[in-house]
Amino acid sequence: MATALIVNGIERRFDGDAEMPLLWYLRDELGLTGTKFGCGIAQCGTCIVHIDGAPALACQTPVALTVGRRVTTIEGLSPEGNHPVQVAWRELNVAQCGYCQTGQIMQAAALLRDRPDPSDADIDAAMNGNLCRCGTYPRIRAAIRQAAKGGKP
Amino acid sequence: MIPCDDGGLVNVSRRGLVAGLGLGALVLAVGLPSRSGAQQAEAKFGADGMPNGWRDDPKVFVGIAEDGTVTVTCHRQEMGQGVRTSVAMVVADELGADWSRVRVAQADGDEARYGNQDTDGSRSLRHFFLPLRRAGAGGRMMLEQAAAARWGVPLAEVRAGDHAVAHLPSGRSLGYGELARAAADLPAPPREAIRLKDASQFRYIGREGIGLVDNRDITTGRAVYGIDAQVDGMLHAVVARPPVYGGKVASLDESAALKVPGVVRVVRIDPPTLPSEFQPLGGVAVIARNTWAAMRGRDALKIAWEDGPNAVYSSDTYRQGLEAAVRRPAKVVRNEGDVDRAMAGAAKRVAAEYYIPHLAQTPMEPPAALVRIQGGRCEAWACTQAPQVTRTRLAQKLGLPEEAVTVHVTLLGGGFGRKSKPDYVIEAALCSRAMDGAPVKLTWTREDDLSNGYYGTVSVERLEAGLDADGKPVAWLHRSAAPSIGALFVPDPKHELPLELGMGFVNTPFAVPNIRMENPEAVAHVRVGWYRSVSNIPRAFAVQSFVAELAHAAGRDPKDYLLELIGPARLIDPTDLGDAWNHGEDPRRYPIDTGRLRRVIETAAAGIGWGRPMPRGRGLGIAGHYSFVTYVAVAAEVEVGERGAFSVPRVDIAVDCGAVVNPDRVRAQMEGSVVMGHGLATSAEISFKDGRAVQQNFDLYELTRIATAPREIRVHILPGGDHDRPLGGVGEPGLPPVAPAIVNAIFAATGKRIRRLPIRDQINA
Repeated sequence: MATALIVNGIERRFDGDAEMPLLWYLRDELGLTGTKFGCGIAQCGTCIVHIDGAPALACQTPVALTVGRRVTTIEGLSPEGNHPVQVAWRELNVAQCGYCQTGQIMQAAALLRDRPDPSDADIDAAMNGNLCRCGTYPRIRAAIRQAAKGGKP
Repeated sequence: MIPCDDGGLVNVSRRGLVAGLGLGALVLAVGLPSRSGAQQAEAKFGADGMPNGWRDDPKVFVGIAEDGTVTVTCHRQEMGQGVRTSVAMVVADELGADWSRVRVAQADGDEARYGNQDTDGSRSLRHFFLPLRRAGAGGRMMLEQAAAARWGVPLAEVRAGDHAVAHLPSGRSLGYGELARAAADLPAPPREAIRLKDASQFRYIGREGIGLVDNRDITTGRAVYGIDAQVDGMLHAVVARPPVYGGKVASLDESAALKVPGVVRVVRIDPPTLPSEFQPLGGVAVIARNTWAAMRGRDALKIAWEDGPNAVYSSDTYRQGLEAAVRRPAKVVRNEGDVDRAMAGAAKRVAAEYYIPHLAQTPMEPPAALVRIQGGRCEAWACTQAPQVTRTRLAQKLGLPEEAVTVHVTLLGGGFGRKSKPDYVIEAALCSRAMDGAPVKLTWTREDDLSNGYYGTVSVERLEAGLDADGKPVAWLHRSAAPSIGALFVPDPKHELPLELGMGFVNTPFAVPNIRMENPEAVAHVRVGWYRSVSNIPRAFAVQSFVAELAHAAGRDPKDYLLELIGPARLIDPTDLGDAWNHGEDPRRYPIDTGRLRRVIETAAAGIGWGRPMPRGRGLGIAGHYSFVTYVAVAAEVEVGERGAFSVPRVDIAVDCGAVVNPDRVRAQMEGSVVMGHGLATSAEISFKDGRAVQQNFDLYELTRIATAPREIRVHILPGGDHDRPLGGVGEPGLPPVAPAIVNAIFAATGKRIRRLPIRDQINA
């Protein structure tokens, strides 16, 4: 069964295993490796993408369920990579190893779209599904605040 | 200065993966391996004591293109410590380069060329700060020589800096790019002729505000980790491994797996002879068109396992065995005075036992590698901490000469010790070989990572002290029982290695007249490996908890008591404490400096406001620890609520790592250590039942998340003095004091003493 979805603005067709999680379709079939594998069971958030603008776990989303929908990955978040969240992440040197940060950034971007001035509790609630083994949480929190303030430290 | 023969100008993210980029890089010179005498074997400490020592040749580490782009080759692996940025800062500073025109190329595994590349032990800048400075300074001198020759002026009249060489009398100037070719033809200056910058002239070393070289790639998803490596025609593999260490396939039915669409082949991987070192554990690989098909194929395998003798391993009974072992006399590994006599005459005796479970490193990127074998050559792309080790093992396994094996290093999505062991790269190579050399990317799932890890050791630490009438310790007995990393390499080593004994055990620098350490036997039933800061974790937890317990028994303030136990500021030769290892460093160059240990404790205490009145349910705890020749103290504040739930609103961490190269990354490592330390203190544990890991994923192996992380982390970097003083490590030493500081704070808040990690719900127990 062929299916079509929009990935970062480009229509893509898929005719493989409809149960394949979007994660592996993006990574192995489209070569979009910015969306990461961390756990496969909805525990770590490294695979967060936006589906029709809402954050979603690519490891839990069968590609068949994305038919006709718009998928945005980290590669498509901003044309030049200058989304305010990405800029704040760079300015505060948030990343250590960086592996989880694409998922963190996608989650944070969705948070700020819904809540442009999030409280600490909002940040906790939105970001608690995103694990970071390097322990960059203090800077993630600071970068979200900075991005919320329009990039002013 | 280097040839960019390996695509060196390309960001590590893509280097080696995209062939034939028009680099436009003018190579300064062909970097013939110029044997630079000092790496030879006579010296035994620091980088000299590491396999293949070190290099400081500008022709190896510095490249300059005709457009002036400077490429610094980083031979240490990036796993989040910021080494690619810090290495470039050092070289660029001495070279006189403009930071905005500096790129970083990642070296392949080749220690004959680069010196030691094992990125572990918190050693990268400790061992390579000076060689890298010399490489940069040598390059600067070659550029000056080239300019002086071009102008026909005395060398003394030219000066390099700001990416150009100036002729001082005339004001003429030539950019580095214009000089690159001529400089390349010059010999590198001999080491004794190298003029290093004066530290007051540093532009990058020690400075704030420098962005990570990989920031843009990381934040845009372009950064390439081992799991992201891709080449045309690539297949994907996952492996079903024996759930018990040393287990074997008893029977296999792969027919259903082969029917899964996309599955190409099922391949047996032979079990290793034990101990398995870095070899694969054996099992069954499923090779498919994509990862998902490989995973589904693996699910469809019907395998009966023969578990072997390690199926007896269950954590509850094993802990009881360790507890029994620490209650009996055992092998003495340090002995001063007469502990038994002093203990008998003490006014008060205190004893306590502490349990620290296995831990798994769980880098967010699980182990993964891509390998192809074509035309008699093996090429690997891997997230490895140890590329030369990987190369050697691949050559051995494939029966190829080492020169025929290339290991490209990707970024590592965390390492923490797990990725020092290349078993997963060897698995990928075996899969490629089974597919006639086709490229195969092999991915570990999280369940694989937790089921078949190289776990941090499990430990019971027993401490006993005799106090005099003033509450001061006159006798100290510490028994540490833990299976050794040595069991990876030799059958049943029984006791811990010197490097394990030297991690906060025998080298405890306390001013106690009678002191004895003993190491009972312990058997390893799983692969025990190094986990960030290794045996320092159980030792710091036990010793720093016990000091607080003694302070309580003596009715004293725990911080004051700790400082008294450390005693006055003095330099201790670690060999006098029975520690011949000293993290591999020269004891004369790196004595234990109790003054520095005192200062970090005092700094952390002042930072958190030690001694201030605390509301009900709140408490402060403190711990200080020396490891990786660096001094760290942590002061934690906890708030314990109803029903034993607790949070950590604030942590102050003070570090003295000597001279600081990249303060932002020192701060980041301390922040990260606090979070990781909080996780192992509160919730993380790997336990075994019938030889199998109980925790298979992040649902049961619980790590700290943003909402539970210490809310405010304040890092205090002590002034490191001038940059001629020896550097300490940074990546690991922040971790050990975190858990005891938290547990001590819980005691201060509640009177509840926790001696078993993780804490979980013990406050109520």
